[in-house]
Amino acid sequence: MIGSANSSVERSLRNAIDWWLVAAYLILIVVGWMNIYASIHTPDTVSAFDWASRSGKQTVWILTALVLSSVILFAVKPKIWEMISVPAYGVVLFLLVAVIFMGAEVKGSRSWFQFGAISFQPAEISKITTSLLLSAIMSKASFKMSRMRDFLIVAATIALPMLVIVAESETGSALVYVGFAFVLYTQGMTGWVLAFFGLVILLFILTLVASPLVAIIVLTVIVLLYYFLAIRGTRKRSLFRRNERLISLAAFVAGLMLIFSTDFVFNNVLQDHQRKRIEVLLGLKEDPSGVGYNVRQSMIAIGSGGLFGKGYLNGTQTTYGFVPEQSTDFIFCTVGEEWGFLGCLGVIFLYVFLIYRIIRDAQECREKFTQIYGYCVASIFFMHLFINIGMTIGLMPVIGIPLPMVSYGGSSLWSFTIMLFIFIALYRQEKKYF
Amino acid sequence: MALSRPDKLLIGLGVAALLLLGKIFYIQILNGKYKRDASNNSMVYSTIYAPRGIIYDRNGKELVTNKVSYDIMVTPREVKAFDTLELSIVLDTTVEYIRGRMEYYHEYRSRIGYQTLTFLKRIPVESYMRFCECEYRFPGFSSIIRSDRNYPYDAGGNLLGYVSEVDQNFIDKHPGEYKSGDYAGKTGLESMREAELRGEKGYNIYLRDARNKIQTSYKDGEYDIPAVPGKDVITTIDAELQSYGQLLMKGKTGSVVAIEPGTGEILAMVSSPGISVDQLADIGKYYNQLVRDKNKPMFNRTVMASYPPGSVFKLINGLIGLQEGVLKPEYEYPCNKGYVYSGSRKLGCHAHASPLNLWDAIATSCNGYFCYVLRNILQNSRYGSIQEAFGVWRDYVLSFGFGRKLGSDFPSELGGNIPTADYYDKIYGKRGWKFPTIVSLSIGQGEIGATPLQIANLAATVANRGYYYIPHLVKDSKEIQIDSVYKTRQYTMVDSSYFEIAVKGMYMAVNGGGKAGGTALVGRVDGLDICGKTGTAQNPHGKDNSVFICFAPKDDPKIAIAAYVENAGFGATYACPVASLMVEKYLTGQITRPDMEERIKNTVTTRQ
Repeated sequence: MIGSANSSVERSLRNAIDWWLVAAYLILIVVGWMNIYASIHTPDTVSAFDWASRSGKQTVWILTALVLSSVILFAVKPKIWEMISVPAYGVVLFLLVAVIFMGAEVKGSRSWFQFGAISFQPAEISKITTSLLLSAIMSKASFKMSRMRDFLIVAATIALPMLVIVAESETGSALVYVGFAFVLYTQGMTGWVLAFFGLVILLFILTLVASPLVAIIVLTVIVLLYYFLAIRGTRKRSLFRRNERLISLAAFVAGLMLIFSTDFVFNNVLQDHQRKRIEVLLGLKEDPSGVGYNVRQSMIAIGSGGLFGKGYLNGTQTTYGFVPEQSTDFIFCTVGEEWGFLGCLGVIFLYVFLIYRIIRDAQECREKFTQIYGYCVASIFFMHLFINIGMTIGLMPVIGIPLPMVSYGGSSLWSFTIMLFIFIALYRQEKKYF
Repeated sequence: MALSRPDKLLIGLGVAALLLLGKIFYIQILNGKYKRDASNNSMVYSTIYAPRGIIYDRNGKELVTNKVSYDIMVTPREVKAFDTLELSIVLDTTVEYIRGRMEYYHEYRSRIGYQTLTFLKRIPVESYMRFCECEYRFPGFSSIIRSDRNYPYDAGGNLLGYVSEVDQNFIDKHPGEYKSGDYAGKTGLESMREAELRGEKGYNIYLRDARNKIQTSYKDGEYDIPAVPGKDVITTIDAELQSYGQLLMKGKTGSVVAIEPGTGEILAMVSSPGISVDQLADIGKYYNQLVRDKNKPMFNRTVMASYPPGSVFKLINGLIGLQEGVLKPEYEYPCNKGYVYSGSRKLGCHAHASPLNLWDAIATSCNGYFCYVLRNILQNSRYGSIQEAFGVWRDYVLSFGFGRKLGSDFPSELGGNIPTADYYDKIYGKRGWKFPTIVSLSIGQGEIGATPLQIANLAATVANRGYYYIPHLVKDSKEIQIDSVYKTRQYTMVDSSYFEIAVKGMYMAVNGGGKAGGTALVGRVDGLDICGKTGTAQNPHGKDNSVFICFAPKDDPKIAIAAYVENAGFGATYACPVASLMVEKYLTGQITRPDMEERIKNTVTTRQ
């Protein structure tokens, strides 16, 4: 009897793992490895498993990542993640600060610790620890998003590592933290915050590309539209109407200030390379050999792929080194050139499936911690997906963040593996108890 | 149903994914620009120029061949800093020239883009070899071996035409056919047969890496295209005759066109002053000089100059009169130094016996006689008005190939001018003009304009007794088939039988035997039975133009010629000897009248 009870627990344990997520993860890793090999491949390349080559190293990263994922799934009690969330956050925050003083300088940013041949970027891990702490805070029964004190704690939890990372000049990684806004939204933060972010970006771009006048007109239209829609819904209660009037007015004034400060921010606050990247993205300046070079070459590589692509290892642009940072940030170029539109469709579908699956799993969780952590993971994956691919096709400015599981690099592969498998492990625990 | 917040996020995820895929779809499928850019990035097209076709004369002699020449090309985008002094020594040019070119490329860099341009043309083989040794030190520069035109015979620059590098204007006019650095025939035969002569360029495709290092042949040369040599063109020109014609016309302004009547093949086509083949070979150097020359050597008079034909036109009026039944060869008309009309006005003529019949009138070129002829045609009671009669006359003239383009295969042929009744109605009013108004048409003056080609075609038409083949310059060969229109007889509206009368008159003009003597006796050659007709066309700009048409032998003619010498006086003085000498040269291969040849060769009538 005891044996059979044991075996039923065993079965439920095994069944509870979301194998769809694992499968998507494994396919993406294979896709990544193939494209890393393709991006370093030249007609003279002999072996794919030359350990000194990037594809060889990536093989090592993949194998260790698989070990890591097994450990998380089978050797660690899932409950531990909530328990260590506070100390882990603290330690990583300390590392984030420490790296500014002790780290090695790589491409203008101090964000890497170097231990001999191995280098490690605390910013990657901090996404996980921040997610864990956020989940821990927001899953407390007493937590109320509408309470100002709680909201400020959450905001500080996100902002602290974000600001330190900005100080490390790793703006790209910091931008990923903006994705936590989606998590707050799921936990009751008003949707107007998201709308506000959208409006800020819209006005910023309009002011730079068109003119402040156009931006003011658009702002006026949006605010009026909001106001009339809002008072129509609350016709009966005049108290709310006054409230809406106040909000509209405040939004309008804030918008005006933003429009008039845009030039100042753009020219004086942003750093030179950031300004250039935005200028190139918005088509304000052409710079085919400078900052624009990367994007231009990347778009040429992807654009030349056509429907079916040039065939694996047959890309001319990626094989002959026209695209910079090919195996890391611009890995998607290889997909686009050699696998064509169908390949892009497939890869994007895999990510969308992965994120969709995480959100759906999180939705059905009754354990609040797991649920919020799932939204965190989904948001981070989404930010990486959109910013990275958006950058390679000229939809986003050049922001150096990796494509999860596909880009070359141990630090990023490990952190995504840990992040994802913590969720899978937490989710499995859910199934066991309910 | 209200959506939960995570559901809304999922919708957002879908929208974002569609945004990415939309942009990817746009750059991969909808917009072809990136594929082109990718090829520009990674593929190097190394052009193989096709050797241009050779141009032969009718007897297989080479008129235009190829010789190897070396050009230095430059792709300004790929040029790196280099030692200008060293390059100037290697290429045997000046530092200033190199600097000047580089500044030019810099100024127009956006328009030039990734194009490859010609840097130096026709450098000596020694420079070429020096350059090859140190080419690697000058990235962006390259050399190409190109075949250049070579002219073994001086067959006339206007006839052969020149080949030069295409300019942007030319490239735009022939979309997709030419690229900067290509050469194309611009005038004459080279232009007219450009499509066949140029052949097809080929290229080797190489892949290069981001550092512009050639990596490999693209797909093992699967897409490389070998050059297809241009087709050879066999012309109808007789090289010896053409050269001889040029020799005789030296120093004179005018044209000689010789046609084989039995085929319509043009044997010689001389426009003087013209372009020499030495100038053709290096047209870039001489172009401005030629364009500025007030004697217009670039102007091909044989097909582009419209002259009054003068007395040779009397043949047509006579033939029309015969066909219309208003003239019989036996009709005699008086001529007392001219034709008196409108009471007191007179169209003058030289002193000769009178009255004359048609044969004698042709032989001695009587003006008065042909005034009567045209009067009879236009005042024919069969037609209700002079307009109607004039219309009939005009149709006849057009059937001889005047007043319209003959349709030869030579480019830029003009149609000349034969006035219409409407034209006179407009000037004089419907009732305002009568035969005397246009009496000068009787003798080929007035509003008539004809090209030397049309006048030569008249000689061929009479030689054939009533039909002609459209004059043309290219013969059928293995590689090129000419249009069947050139092998179709074009009949005039005059019956063949009447032509014998004109032929007899023309025979008498050269060989004598009539009552009044011939005007072209100077052109007579024993045994050749030359038939001819002189003309002295009035020229408002100076001395009369000297005109002569002839064909020989009288029976079974082998050659018909028109010679037109501007500002040279009587037809018999210059045009007749030129044509006669050419006939003799063509038919017998030798000259029995060296004195005449000397005189003609050494006469200069062109104003300097």
